[in-house]
Amino acid sequence: MTISFEEVEHVALLARLQLKEKEKEKYAEHMGSILQYVDKLQQLDTEGVEPLDHILPVFNIFREDQVKPAPKREEILANAPLVEAGQYKVPKII
Amino acid sequence: MELYELTLHELQQVLDKQEASATEIISSVLGRINKVEDKIQAFITLDEEGAMAQAQQCDARGSFSGLDGIPYGLKDIICSQGMRTTCASRMLENFVPFYDATVAARLKAAGGILVGKLNLDEFAMGSSTEQSAFFPTRNPWDLTRVPGGSSGGSAAAVAAGEIPFALGTDTGGSIRQPASYCGVVGLKPTYGRVSRYGVVAYASSLDQVGVFSREVGDCAQVLNLIAGKDSLDSTSVELEKPDFTSFLRDDIKGLKIAYPREYFQEGIETEIKNTVKQALLKYEELGAIVEEVSLPHSEYALPAYYLVAPAEASANLARFDGVRYGLRDFQAENVIEMFSSTRAEGFGDEVKMRIMLGTYALSSGYYDAYYLKALKVRRLIKNDFDKVFADYDLIVAPTTPTTAFKLGEQVGDPLTLYMNDILTVPVNMAGLPGMSIPCGFLEGLPVGLQLIGRAFDEGTLIRAAYAFEQNTDYHQAKPDIGGDII
Repeated sequence: MTISFEEVEHVALLARLQLKEKEKEKYAEHMGSILQYVDKLQQLDTEGVEPLDHILPVFNIFREDQVKPAPKREEILANAPLVEAGQYKVPKII
Repeated sequence: MELYELTLHELQQVLDKQEASATEIISSVLGRINKVEDKIQAFITLDEEGAMAQAQQCDARGSFSGLDGIPYGLKDIICSQGMRTTCASRMLENFVPFYDATVAARLKAAGGILVGKLNLDEFAMGSSTEQSAFFPTRNPWDLTRVPGGSSGGSAAAVAAGEIPFALGTDTGGSIRQPASYCGVVGLKPTYGRVSRYGVVAYASSLDQVGVFSREVGDCAQVLNLIAGKDSLDSTSVELEKPDFTSFLRDDIKGLKIAYPREYFQEGIETEIKNTVKQALLKYEELGAIVEEVSLPHSEYALPAYYLVAPAEASANLARFDGVRYGLRDFQAENVIEMFSSTRAEGFGDEVKMRIMLGTYALSSGYYDAYYLKALKVRRLIKNDFDKVFADYDLIVAPTTPTTAFKLGEQVGDPLTLYMNDILTVPVNMAGLPGMSIPCGFLEGLPVGLQLIGRAFDEGTLIRAAYAFEQNTDYHQAKPDIGGDII
């Protein structure tokens, strides 16, 4: 299993990771070897096997909608790299 | 005997009998840390002043119960209010949570004194603690070797006498493997037993918080404190919680123990297999019924894990984008570039690698072949365990294929490193409780015995671990750290 340079670039874009040329080479190689290893799973016939999404039985958990104390805005914003007027500030989007 | 050498329950007795004060205990522990920490490097953050202040308050109150006056450490992926929580990543180097993880809040409410935050592989991705963005931690039994990972700081600190107990997390073996390498007790509870609220997520369907201690009884005590339903974690389970210390009785007569033949095959060092077989003989001698069984899909657990875990990680780590917390690239001109360059700078190699792999496995066109296939295999692995547990109370196996390896030995080759987890990963895939306890030494390095139980039956693990501990003395061995005998 090999991964092309273009595939690495495409996945990096989806993952929002800026990669250097050298990293692209390394990830192509490492991902290729791991994907080759996980291909072992194809040996197994899983026809009709129900995928296991949750290890525990899952069900909706309902509760009354109550007003409870919430963290303060300043506490939440204290870790933000850039804040203006009580909001997160980011570079131009459009 | 110095105070720092005492176990949790011994410290409680000392406080109870007024043989020492909380201040004396904290001084002793801090003295020990200052003496060995330049060799071990288990702590990312150490709060000496805070710990001393709390100890003084504790002494001023004058009465002790629960964890009053008892020092402990947290893996630095567990949020601690007002104390930096880095995940051993440049991304969160200066992140100070304004709230406690539920497990941290519970230990705090019990009176415990948080001494500091312990090193790990970045975002818990690794098996050696060498993937920490800051520095590697060293194995107290041999400073040229790794303590294991990802909770390597927690295991090393407990083994080195720096702290009587610590919390870690286990996604594919990250508590049991370092516990094995460092010769301490490590317990990963059943998925859902302990709240994950405030624990930075790696792979949410596999992650679980657990305990490191020097003796089984301490582990049971701490589990009593951290276990239980939490309304802030919808996967934590509402179940009647037994008193886990009630399982500390030296009686396993008639207990049905299975050992899976797949855990004793090639790839596992012969001497490890022999050591574990000795432990099985010990169990027989103590009255247990020990029989061989098969978990036929074992070899597929690791490849399935390396799809499921990275896939979940790629989603969980999307939150680190330079907006709400952590690092930010201020040079970027638009928001997509800001996300991408911040993440490129903030994450280390292994983290990027797993995000890439997970993104690939979930991407359009590959989902069925990789992620869905892995979930089906996960079902087969769980079915294997269910079958064995229909007839047996407990599974016993080695924790790791080898003893601790040398620093640098497995860097650069992800697959070799992943093989470390081959005996621990199936347990997470099936959501079961697992434990590692010391069961011998090979050339001076600890060997771990892995105990695997039915879902929510930590009690049987604790009972079997305690019986082994009471009838052996491996847990009493102490590492000689660079000439200083503790």
